[in-house]
Amino acid sequence: MLFGARPTGAMTSGRTFRHGIHPPEAKDATKDLPIRQFPFAPSLAVPLSQHIGKPAVPCVKPGQEVTRGQTIAKADGWMSVDMHAPVSGVIRKIGLMPNINGRMMDGIYIEPYPGSTQEVAAGPACDWRTASRDEILAAIQAAGIVGLGGAGFPTHVKLAVPDEKPIDTLMLNGAECEPWLTTDHRVMLEQQADIFEGIRYVLKVTGAERCIIGIEANKVDAAESLRAKIPDDLPCTVDVMEVKYPQGAEKMLIKSTLGREVPSGGLPLDIGVVVINVATTAEIGRLLPWGRGIQERVITISGPGVRDKGNYRIAIGTTLRFILDTVGTTGDITRVFMGGPMMGPAASSLDIPITKGTSGVIALTEADTGPQNAIKVHPCIRCGYCLDACPLFLNPSDLGTLAAIGDYEAMAETRNLWDCFECGSCTFVCPSHIPLVQRFRVAKAELRKRGNS
Amino acid sequence: MASPGKTLEIRSSPHVLSGNSVESIMWNVVLALAPITLFAVAAFGLTGLITLLGAVGSCVLAEHLLSRNSPGGTTIGDGSAVITGLLYGLVLPPAIPLWIVVAGGFICIGLGKWLFGGLGANPFNPALVGRAVLQAAFPIPMTTWHESFAEGRFWTVADSVFTLPLSRPSTVDAITAATPLSAWKFDGQATEATDLLLGMTTGSAGETCAVLILIGGVWLVARNMMNWRIPLTILGTAALLGAIFHGVDPTKYPSAQFVLLSGGLMLGAVFMATDMVGSPMTNLGCVLYGILIAVLTVSIRFWGGMPEGMMYAILLGNAAAPHIDTMLQPRVFGTSKRKKVDAEGAP
Repeated sequence: MLFGARPTGAMTSGRTFRHGIHPPEAKDATKDLPIRQFPFAPSLAVPLSQHIGKPAVPCVKPGQEVTRGQTIAKADGWMSVDMHAPVSGVIRKIGLMPNINGRMMDGIYIEPYPGSTQEVAAGPACDWRTASRDEILAAIQAAGIVGLGGAGFPTHVKLAVPDEKPIDTLMLNGAECEPWLTTDHRVMLEQQADIFEGIRYVLKVTGAERCIIGIEANKVDAAESLRAKIPDDLPCTVDVMEVKYPQGAEKMLIKSTLGREVPSGGLPLDIGVVVINVATTAEIGRLLPWGRGIQERVITISGPGVRDKGNYRIAIGTTLRFILDTVGTTGDITRVFMGGPMMGPAASSLDIPITKGTSGVIALTEADTGPQNAIKVHPCIRCGYCLDACPLFLNPSDLGTLAAIGDYEAMAETRNLWDCFECGSCTFVCPSHIPLVQRFRVAKAELRKRGNS
Repeated sequence: MASPGKTLEIRSSPHVLSGNSVESIMWNVVLALAPITLFAVAAFGLTGLITLLGAVGSCVLAEHLLSRNSPGGTTIGDGSAVITGLLYGLVLPPAIPLWIVVAGGFICIGLGKWLFGGLGANPFNPALVGRAVLQAAFPIPMTTWHESFAEGRFWTVADSVFTLPLSRPSTVDAITAATPLSAWKFDGQATEATDLLLGMTTGSAGETCAVLILIGGVWLVARNMMNWRIPLTILGTAALLGAIFHGVDPTKYPSAQFVLLSGGLMLGAVFMATDMVGSPMTNLGCVLYGILIAVLTVSIRFWGGMPEGMMYAILLGNAAAPHIDTMLQPRVFGTSKRKKVDAEGAP
């Protein structure tokens, strides 16, 4: 549809895993552009659930004035994080707002004061030298930090490793294998001090002896620059990996750098590893020493439909409509997705706000997507491309056939459906254009529903 | 304003695709078959051309008639019927009566493909289904071989081509010749390896020139449109068996290069056994499938009643392919063993 693939078997240097694909990288337009501050929208919509777990509970009322960085919603239990005001302004209302998952969800509408200096409020500092493990975890939760790579898993939960699971290695994920995205790249070039500071916090919390920063070979400048700046007392190394999708998936990253396989159904901590995104680490190092919370994040705005492409630091709650109006578009936008093109969900409305998990906003025009529903779907011709693409050695062809006849139980029992993390490699290579990942998502949703009922 | 002039399209990710398509695979296979087809026309002249046109034409017509009322409309554009027609035409004796060619073309597509549901659903290679039916129904025309590189082949057509249905073909003017395999099997004569390599022998229209077949195969492997493990294991195993038996008794068994280069082994290994629909999907499965086909072919040739066994070997391989896949599911990442799947779990 959009691009031709690089021929399979084309090798670049670096450590790697087996299978995977080579989508077009499409990073040249933004990889050399420094991070710029994005203007504030006239109204912001901050969802209460920007993470996996329970939504935060608002602690402000409509009409109340808030300062940028002030806590506006408190974590509801352990699987939840705090929310902070992205701007100094006034709370307009607390109510429903559109969400990228397609549902309306609760959130807080804030209107910025036009004349405000927008200085960020600070709170009680947390110093890695003096704070205990639990104090650091509480500070990470209070700072509202979740995985910035896209999954949105609360970081303090991930870092709270049980005592019976010793951790030897902390993996920093700087792979950024999704096409178009260059946020982690820029953060690794521009926020190196924050990253190293963040590593100190995380090493202390997890008890890991060493830290490895894994970076794809298309960001050698970042890898070399980081390697040169590692403080002498930090047990940290930088590994350069082959440019291959999905190099940034936790299981693939660990396999590439350490040669270990996360057991099926298990977690990295089962094999002594904790993986955390570089941007998330940078936020820990940037916010905790000042007791601040996440109120903005770096996002790549790119794609053929975008005029002023770049890497922007954008306030959480800014709507897609304001973002696209500000950067300008090259034509009628027919598709917008948040995150990368391989896993990013398409937006059904431009009133959807960006959240902590949004790493990119990519806009396409009709020239790129072609007329709607123009893709012709053929039956499976058993070519086996998907088997050679799946990084987990699943059989997407059989899974797709079982999904088509609705035998979801067999998918789970005989073909390891639950191992699939929906990277989209099988769908990318399928010559019959069968929407395999979509079928797997439907199957999982249906099985969850049956399991709950 | 960035507000969309057209509706926002909501589609499940991924939003980029590789550009692979069924059509591009199929037309690339046709392209890979082009040199062999041209060689067949050069070797068998007008007679070969008529047979090939009859084969392709009847297969495409059958595909159109059987698919025109399906929801997506006619499927001749995907190119798979052209491949079936070409392969089918290339494994026929060049001077076979035209009406048999056309009838066989309808059998290929009707019995071999659409009876099972069309593209992707056929368990057997459709071209070989057609040929197998003809082999059983018309044993004499299917084993009457026209001489290659005959004088005047570009302006005369063998009389047998226009034989009417159910009448006995005239044999008076036919220029017939023995294939290298039948010459070896029934007369104990060996053919020079260079003749086999370059196609200076007779046989089915497209199986004679090993070099062009290999070039087409290399092209498809380079484009990642063929699993190289299948032809490699078939040819490797066949050569190994040939060398072993030739070493044991050179008077009874032919040499390894003769086994490799004669008959349909090369064309079958490169273009027939590798048909994606009928071959296993796992790489290990492809190796096992290749070994199975080679052992069957060599067994039929050495100890069977027929000089050639490639067709039945591939059809049996096709039959085994789903079971090979079920047996050899890939080892899932993060597990220690290959997953055991019982027959009921297989789709």
